[in-house]
Order: sequence, then C-alpha cells, then structure tokens
Amino acid sequence: MDLSSINPLVLIAALMVASTPILLAAIGELVVEKSGVLNLGVEGMMITGAICGFAVAVESGSPALGFVGAAVGGALLSLLFGVLTQYLLSNQVATGLALTLFGLGLSALMGQDYVGIKPPATGDVNFGPLADLPVLGIVLFRHDLMVYVSLAIVAGVWAFLKYSRAGLILRAVGESHDAAHALGYKVVHVRLAAIAFGGACAGLGGAYLSLIRVPQWTEGMTAGAGWIALAIVVFASWKPWRVLLGAYLFGGVTVLQLNLQAAGVAIPVEYLSMSPYIITILVLVIMSSNRGRAALAAPAALGRSFHASS
Amino acid sequence: MIRLEKRPSPSRTVGMLTPVLAVLLTMVAGSVLFAILGKNPFLAIKTIFYDPILGEFAFYYRGQLLVKAGPLILIAIGLSLGFRAGIWNIGAEGQYIIGAICGAGVGLAFYPADFWFIFPLMVLAGAAGGILWAMIPAILKTRFNTNEILVSLLLVYVAEQILASMSLGLLRNPDGAGFPGSRNLKQYEAAANNELIVGTGVHWGVVAALIAVILAYVLLNRHMLGFQIRLTGESPRAARFAGVRPRLLVVFCLGASGGLAGLAGLFEVAGPAGQISIDFNVGYGFTAIIVAFLGRLHPVGILLAGLLMALTYIGGEAAQATLGLPAAAIQAFQGMLLFFLLAVDVLTNYRIRIGRMEAA
Repeated sequence: MDLSSINPLVLIAALMVASTPILLAAIGELVVEKSGVLNLGVEGMMITGAICGFAVAVESGSPALGFVGAAVGGALLSLLFGVLTQYLLSNQVATGLALTLFGLGLSALMGQDYVGIKPPATGDVNFGPLADLPVLGIVLFRHDLMVYVSLAIVAGVWAFLKYSRAGLILRAVGESHDAAHALGYKVVHVRLAAIAFGGACAGLGGAYLSLIRVPQWTEGMTAGAGWIALAIVVFASWKPWRVLLGAYLFGGVTVLQLNLQAAGVAIPVEYLSMSPYIITILVLVIMSSNRGRAALAAPAALGRSFHASS
Repeated sequence: MIRLEKRPSPSRTVGMLTPVLAVLLTMVAGSVLFAILGKNPFLAIKTIFYDPILGEFAFYYRGQLLVKAGPLILIAIGLSLGFRAGIWNIGAEGQYIIGAICGAGVGLAFYPADFWFIFPLMVLAGAAGGILWAMIPAILKTRFNTNEILVSLLLVYVAEQILASMSLGLLRNPDGAGFPGSRNLKQYEAAANNELIVGTGVHWGVVAALIAVILAYVLLNRHMLGFQIRLTGESPRAARFAGVRPRLLVVFCLGASGGLAGLAGLFEVAGPAGQISIDFNVGYGFTAIIVAFLGRLHPVGILLAGLLMALTYIGGEAAQATLGLPAAAIQAFQGMLLFFLLAVDVLTNYRIRIGRMEAA
C-alpha cells in the first residue's frame, strides 16, 4: 500500500471531472422539483443522453454536436414523462420509474452497434499561461469545456431562481399550483418547460460519462448516477450552490475510493466500490433527520398532480 | 376541444379494462418498434405472444413460463402492498440478491451433509435476508424520515457489490478451479429446489407465489391491516383519524415485500439459477414493479400480469433466436407497457369530454 502516490491536487482536479455528470443531472432535477414535479426518471434520461450523445458524436465526429444531441434526446424522453404526468395526470413516482426502466431498455437497444468504439476526443480548454499557475493551474484551468459549462449552469439556475421574474413564477407553481393558476399562470406549461430543462441537463450529464469520463459506451453505464443526483437534490435542500457542494463531495468520495483501489489498500475492491452509495445514504439520513428544516425547504406542491377542475 | 372531467368515483369497469387496452396499445407501438428494427412486426408479435403457448415448440416454453412467472409474482405481490399504501420499495432487486446469498449460504454451510431440514432452513434464511435488507430503508424512514425510494434503490448497488464479493470470495466453489461462483446447488440434493412435476416448471417458488397471492387477497379483503393499507393509500389523513400507525405500516409493508423478494431470490438460486454468481440477478426486482402496476396492485391481477410478463421474457428469447430481435428490444417493450398503462389509467378517474369548455 502506498498512499503517498495519491497527489491531492490531481485528486481535486479529478473529482471535478468525476462529479460533473451528477452535478448536471442534479441541477436539472432541482429546477424540475422547484416547479413541483418529482421526476424519478433521471437515471433513464441520463443513460439515454449517454447513448444519444455517443451516437451523434461518433457519426458526426464532433463531441460538441454529441452534447447537443444528448440534450435533445434527454429532453425528448423527459417530455414523454411530462405529457403523462401533466396532461394524463399519471402518478409521478410510477411514471418516473417507468421512464427509468424504458430509458435503460431503449438505450441498450440504440447502443448495440456502438459497443467497443472510441468516441472522438474532447480537448481541454486552452487558458494559456493560466494553466501553468502553481496549484490553481492544475485544479482549475486544465479541464474540458463541459466542466465550466456545468458550473455556468449552476450559476445560471441560481440567478434565474433568485432574481428573475420567470424564476419567481416557477417557484410559485412549485409551492402552490392552485394559487399560481388563480393568478393566471399556465401551471402545465411552466412545468413542462422545467421538465424539459431537467431532461436536457440529465442528457448532458449522461453524455459527459460516455464521451469524456469513461469514454466508451456500455449498457447500464450510469450505474445509479441518476439516483445519486436525486439524493443530492434532497441533500442540498433544493438550493443550487449546495447541489454543487453535494456533487463535489460525492465526486470526491468516488475519486478517493478509486485511488485507494489503485493504491492497493487492504480493503476488498467490492467494499470500496459500494462506498459512494453508502455515503449517499448516510448523508440522506443526516439531512432528513433534521426534520423541521429539510421539510420546510421542499417545494410544497412537490409530487402533486394539477388539474384545473380540482 | 377535448378535455378531462373528473369522475365522482373511479370506474371499476374501466379499471379492469385499462390493462387490456394498455397491452393492445403496447403491441401496436411494439410493432412499429420492430418494424424500425427491420423485422416483420406481425411475425415478431406472433413469436412473442402466440408461439410460446400454442406454437410448435410450446411444450418446451410452457415449463419456462412458470419458472419466470414465479419470482415475478412473488416479488410483485409484496411490492403491491406497499404501493397501495404509498410506501415505495423499489429496491426489491437488492432484497432478492441478499435473500439468495443468505439462503444459499445456509445451504452451502451444510455441504455435503444430507438432512431433511436443510432446504426449509434455507427458505427461512432467504426470507430473513430479504426482510433484514428491507429493514434498512424501513428503519431509516421511521427513525429519521429518510426517503425510502432513494435508500432502497441505492441499496441495490450495494447488494450487487456484496454479490460480487461473495461469488469471488466467501461462497466461491472450493473445487471450482478458481472460477467465480459458488457450488451448484442443483447437484446438492438436500438443498436443491427441483421441479415438483417434471416438465411443468413448477418448483417451490411457484407454489410460494400462489400462496402469496391467496394470502395477499385475504389480507387486503378480510383483515384489518389490509384495510389500513388501502385506507392509507386512498386518504392518509383519514387513516390517521382511524388510528392507523403509519410507522408500523412502513415496517410491515417493507418487511413483507423484502421477505417475499428474498424468498424469490432463494428459490431462484436453489433452482433455475443453481448457483451464486456475479451475474445472478437479471432484473426481476425491477420488472416486478411493472407486473404490480399491470395487475393494478390487485393479487389476482398480479397473478395474470406475472404470467403475461413471463410470456414477454420467453417470447423475447424465442424472437431473439428465430428472428434475431435484440434482447434490449424486449426490455424497451416492457418499459413501453408501463408507460401505456399509466397513460390509459387516466380513464379510470376522468372522463373524456369533447365539446366547448364553458366558463366556470
């Protein structure tokens, strides 16, 4: 065992890469839940995004187009959930599960011909001399574009929810759809827009896995990342910056356990591999045991169907 | 313009018809999917739904039907109890794995002894394993108010790692030349869950599934606890006034579904699968969610839905062999079924009205 081989700076840089898929999916789901919709299909949208992005990138040779394709694929799949829950008033929990099961099957079907292919490489952003800065250079300025895009999306969502009028309407719909409806806002349209945004973000997160982090396509490659993203939204008490914190914390655990595996620690590999899931559960327990505050933070209309007649 | 009008109370007739409608719609949409894949849609649908029951080689497939339906029904019955009360155990796959590991572990501990009580003991251990694994989300829910959906699902990934660890380590066959996987329980008479009637596919798991259907029916229709489960699902507020103890219900529903999933795992590992191996679990725990909904959370409905779902598995395999239909197509097909089911469910609670909307 040689722990000195683990370089903390490289570790921090790696954790930013490891957390980006979950960060993207979680920030999208945060917007969806803020509008009062609980979409448990994040895993299904992520894996669909992963294969859509992979296929488009391989066929076109452009990773950028791949990410666009992934966002479109994720959003289209999420709209299926949107139509079912918003127009046909189906149970959101059950429909979200259906989305995950369907997404896993659909992605496996679409991905049959892409197993074992390498996607076109995505280069790092060139910051020139900034990349050579001691400490900061390696941590902050040597990543691919999507890492910065994900941070920009978090900042954008934060500003949108806090400062914009549209953000206020979205939150109103999530707190009390009846009141928002009475004020003349289109509850269903607002929610559909939020669901599509969540789907696009989850798709981007999935494509980040298949195009950059792994980079390869394998069936079921998201391995629960979508569910962890859902847990992170709860952990974050529905606050954008805390989603960032939660995702990076989780990314840190993932990278650390991978490094420990590589360093040959005397713990069996299987027990290290399960640690991210166990830590997610522990974090959920700590957050939810603090009953009053966590319960207050959740959008009041979360998971309830809206029909104008009721 | 088309709009929805809420029914005064859910329609029972429509409620019984919607699963049939959903299956028909899925067949239509599935045909389109198969046509896109370049297969003859009519032939594909016939291969999946008709040939395994009435076709030329049906004698082979019929036995497989019950082998696949057994675990699906067993797990779905347990899940339906919780789903009715709004308690969402979606980690049945994990409880299934842990049940199989515990049961097989007990059996292998006795190897090569030959006592009559080994198999019954394994059944108990399998159920206990499933229950204990389900108690993790149950206790976290009742003590710390943690979301049981996320915890039970995340535990599936933990269980899969334990399964890998067991088949590579503790339970690995010492005479297996270093290959991963345990001893084959089918070759160990005292621990084997063999076919009870040759050629039918009936093993103890199928018997257990039938017993579970009957018990669940009695519980829901004739027992106070069943009434409380239904009441909690339909009106949590009324349930609290009626003296329902929500925590007890959470523990019972998760425990029952975990125990049945654990049993399903044990019967599978001692019978059709034969051994603990890394790829032991094949997603029955997730497909059972579709079965539970397709059966409209009703025990008899689940029995029929389990058989239908087993048919899509077997027919899917047949279509894979004869038409070259990819395995994933069936998975997508099953997911589609759940979508259509949820979509047409709106008709139970709402009426479609065509006409102008009058001002309220």
